[in-house]
Amino acid sequence: MKQAYAWSAIAAIVLASTTGDVLLSRAMKQVGDVGALWRQSGLWTVLGRVLRNPNFLLGVLAMTTAFYSLLFGLSWGDVSLIAPASASLTFVTNAVAAKIFLHERVDHRRWMAAVLVAGGVVLLAA
Amino acid sequence: MTFRKYLVLAGVTLCASIGDSLLSRGMKQVGSISLNHLADVILAVLNPSVALGILLLLGFFASYMTALSWADLTYVLPATSLGYVLLTLIAKFYLHETVTTSRWIGVVLISAGVGFVTQGPALTHHPAKPQPHKTEYEPASARNEP
Repeated sequence: MKQAYAWSAIAAIVLASTTGDVLLSRAMKQVGDVGALWRQSGLWTVLGRVLRNPNFLLGVLAMTTAFYSLLFGLSWGDVSLIAPASASLTFVTNAVAAKIFLHERVDHRRWMAAVLVAGGVVLLAA
Repeated sequence: MTFRKYLVLAGVTLCASIGDSLLSRGMKQVGSISLNHLADVILAVLNPSVALGILLLLGFFASYMTALSWADLTYVLPATSLGYVLLTLIAKFYLHETVTTSRWIGVVLISAGVGFVTQGPALTHHPAKPQPHKTEYEPASARNEP
């Protein structure tokens, strides 16, 4: 039963942080190249555009949800299961979500990278 | 990819891993916080390691957002996962912890993943620039001038 709680926490973390990463990535693509914008119109314009972007605010909300899910998860299960399992799965779910929602061209090189990093993170925590 | 952009990616990697380890060290110095004394969480920022850790994590967020403004999510995430490798190297050579064989294999896998993704292009999907009118580029750029 404790395992079921731990895995539902992991599912919540993965879902929330993938949602957050996709929203933040979409927001920053809408804002545009921050370096160029900064040189052109100054830091305040950059900050204003980022902070007024609805996707950015929703993304931060999703990331906050992920953070609190992690805190709850850590109180139910072992840190040695929850932290690496959620970090590792997020690399793979992000690749899937980026392909579907952000229309990124996830070629075999990027799949390999996501899977290798996910496997490496699991081994590092073992 | 310019040198400046590689610097931003290095900033994401370094700020995340060093910030996390500083927070971890600081919170161990502060000790466990009871739910009955939640105000202790606020006092924890007085610990220098915790304060510096928070600053670095703010730096992480700023550089992560900057990277996402010109690179794909599926590029930034694997490319900045070298932080895990860095933490292992710090544990081995600075904290003198024992690093098992399976961890070294993990380090190799992550490094290989980073190598794969950084060989390819950073941006594959170019979002359509919002055009307020049917007119060409000229008025749109003039609009941004102060």
